[in-house]
Amino acid sequence: MASGKAVRWHIGVFLAPAVLVYTAIMIIPLFGTLNLSLFGKGEGGPVFVGLANFATLFGDPRWSEAFWNALGNNLWFFVIHMLVQNPIGILLAALLSSPHLRMAAFYRTAIFIPTILSFVIVGFVWKLILSPIWGIAPGMLDAVGLKALFAPWLGKAEYALTALALVSVWQFVGIPMMLIYAALLSIPDDVIEAAEMDGLGAWAQFWKIKLPLILPSIGIISILTFVGNFNAFDLIYVAQGALAGPDFATDILGTFLYRTFFGFQLQLGDPHMGAAIASAMFGIILLGVCIYLFAIQTRLRRYQF
Amino acid sequence: MHSARTSPRSSKGRSIAAHAILLTYTLIALFPVFVIVINSFKSRKAIFAEPLMPPMPGNWDMVGYTTVLQQGDFFQYFLNSMTVTCASLFFVLLFGAMAAFALSEYRFRGNLLMGLYLALGIMIPIRLGTVAILEMMVAGGLVNTLTALILVYTAQGLPLAVFILSEFMRSVSDDLKNAGRIDGLSEYRIFFTLVLPLVRPAMATVAVFTMIPIWNDLWFPLILAPSEETKTITLGSQVFIGQFVTNWNAVLAALSLAIVPVLVLYLIFSRQLIRGITAGAVK
Repeated sequence: MASGKAVRWHIGVFLAPAVLVYTAIMIIPLFGTLNLSLFGKGEGGPVFVGLANFATLFGDPRWSEAFWNALGNNLWFFVIHMLVQNPIGILLAALLSSPHLRMAAFYRTAIFIPTILSFVIVGFVWKLILSPIWGIAPGMLDAVGLKALFAPWLGKAEYALTALALVSVWQFVGIPMMLIYAALLSIPDDVIEAAEMDGLGAWAQFWKIKLPLILPSIGIISILTFVGNFNAFDLIYVAQGALAGPDFATDILGTFLYRTFFGFQLQLGDPHMGAAIASAMFGIILLGVCIYLFAIQTRLRRYQF
Repeated sequence: MHSARTSPRSSKGRSIAAHAILLTYTLIALFPVFVIVINSFKSRKAIFAEPLMPPMPGNWDMVGYTTVLQQGDFFQYFLNSMTVTCASLFFVLLFGAMAAFALSEYRFRGNLLMGLYLALGIMIPIRLGTVAILEMMVAGGLVNTLTALILVYTAQGLPLAVFILSEFMRSVSDDLKNAGRIDGLSEYRIFFTLVLPLVRPAMATVAVFTMIPIWNDLWFPLILAPSEETKTITLGSQVFIGQFVTNWNAVLAALSLAIVPVLVLYLIFSRQLIRGITAGAVK
């Protein structure tokens, strides 16, 4: 700890580049957007309208219906990630970290590969696989005698969102896997050895020793998933287009924002309503992060080794 | 279960089960990539008739690749993506590590506030500020330059980098740094020669997590740098899919070519990442 009484210039030097770039490119434009949501189209240019845009967004049925639909879909999108992606990620990490496992590096590298692919590739390939015309999925189900199970999942309103959420899970399961894997590896051997001395089997070791120790990592993964899901846009856009079909069944906040901001088909883009939606998204994300910071993270004890 | 440790047979069974699950999941993860790559080498008829058949003399056809290499300027796109990704990564790692060091090492007024301010960016999607960013780039004459993309991606990557790196830097032993101080090293030398080498594993993690969204981003290249000279490979392949939507050979070849560079980048970094993770655990 450098506790000099002189001005410690080096702190400023260390902080300045990051703070300057971040403030100029991220924070100022963000406030520009929040500010934009308080204005509307006027005769000669933007006029200040206060919270009128938000009143329209939540009060006018044409807008509020679309908004609640997108928010509900987004919640479902998030729930699927929490229930499918993160448990699978933890399971894979736990298996990978078992001692003397051969080919662990291969598995880890391979399972992370979908995460590095662009949405352009992911959207296209899954549309191909699930397509009822060219699709590989109908053929494969046919081969095992389950052809009856096949449905054009991406084209049916009741399945499309779940199908896309699962595609997204497929793509991103590598992230929780890697983070949990790193957390599991950082548990000291003496802790595990002590558990073995006490006669705990692998199963009990995981639940009683390792899981409590990786809880902080699980907390971080949950909040990263939340933020990622509520910013999601690309996968829906490349797979279903800006209209998030069929019949807005896959519309989430990101696509709703995009349509409003930039316009689609005959509707012109409305930067002010777009900014209002962006501000609402900002509020939702802020709420989630606050819940995480104050309710969850403070209760997770940190273990120092 | 309690005797699992001592029974070699049960331990072997568990190892087989672990391999079975991991192998199944690996197949699920790689299958779509495999489908794209094998079909990119096949004739149009074979793609439709037998999508799962590997390429072989009877159905071999490179027409997709020849179309792509004649049509699109893929090499230029690739160079653009490379430039943008590497430059942004460099700035994110350097600036991020410096800020993380300042936050984790020194007690000063506003430390916590500064940490929260920087962490805010983890949850704020930079896209929410797109219109204002575009206005700024127009004003600065940076539209259709790679500099605009590098600036945006540096800002986008910094918050997570600072967050992860400062967590790791807290675990660097104080004794080491204090020993350096007693030897008369400046704070800058302590950072660059003592602390940075020790957080290399964390840097690799940050590198992987920063690089991927940058390489794959469609949004900012489309809005800030859509010109032919500055197109990235992701935007290039998206445009290509749009133009050649019925030319499946060409689309599959283009996608295969788009996968290769990011795969190579990832494999390079992942070795460092894995070495880093293991080294960190042994410590």
